[in-house]
Amino acid sequence: MLTLHPVLRDKIVAHARADHPDEACGVIAGPAGADRPERFIPMLNAQRSPTFYEFDSMELLRVWREMDDRDEEPVVIYHSHTATEAYPSRTDIAYANEPGAHYVLVSTRDPDDVEFRSFRIVDGTVTEEEVRITADAGEPVPE
Amino acid sequence: MAIEVRIPTILRTYTGGAKSVEGSGSTLAELLGDLDARYGGLRDRLQDESGLRRFVNVYLNDEDVRFLGGLETPVKDGDTVTVLPAVAGGAA
Repeated sequence: MLTLHPVLRDKIVAHARADHPDEACGVIAGPAGADRPERFIPMLNAQRSPTFYEFDSMELLRVWREMDDRDEEPVVIYHSHTATEAYPSRTDIAYANEPGAHYVLVSTRDPDDVEFRSFRIVDGTVTEEEVRITADAGEPVPE
Repeated sequence: MAIEVRIPTILRTYTGGAKSVEGSGSTLAELLGDLDARYGGLRDRLQDESGLRRFVNVYLNDEDVRFLGGLETPVKDGDTVTVLPAVAGGAA
């Protein structure tokens, strides 16, 4: 199950809407081992594509080092699909390299509605999980 | 000669869980060969017949080796090599 503060959910959705029709992507970091997403980190989609995303390699290094320095890990890795459903594609599964992360998928294919789903992707296997949006979840920390 | 190589979570199965290992070599290719002798299978996750794999990022200190010399990038004692799988995907 993914437990997420509404402010963080809203930030993910706003990012996806802002970048539509390109795919948006990013991370929510949290203290290592705590499964608590807290720090919203929107990332540049170096591919700037409506069907593909990739974190810029230097931003990836900077953010991963920063998380390491802060004893954090990527709790949520999110991206959007702009014309298809919020479900992991073959490429999503192929490049899911953080087995501990919640992979959040948002779809902006409908201008009046948003699909927001979360999945575990481990060893090529996708398992959908419940998303619990609650203000009881950890308060977001400054970006 | 010691070059620190930082290993991402997903490749730590090859290093017995170690986040960081040491190796030697005067180019990235030699360094990976040196590591492969002790951590079998690790090199194949980083390179294929045509060179470094497309969706694996390798950095020498603060630079992406794609912009240096790829596998022929010179490395030396005291350098840090960092490996990070690309974070990528998409509807396609």
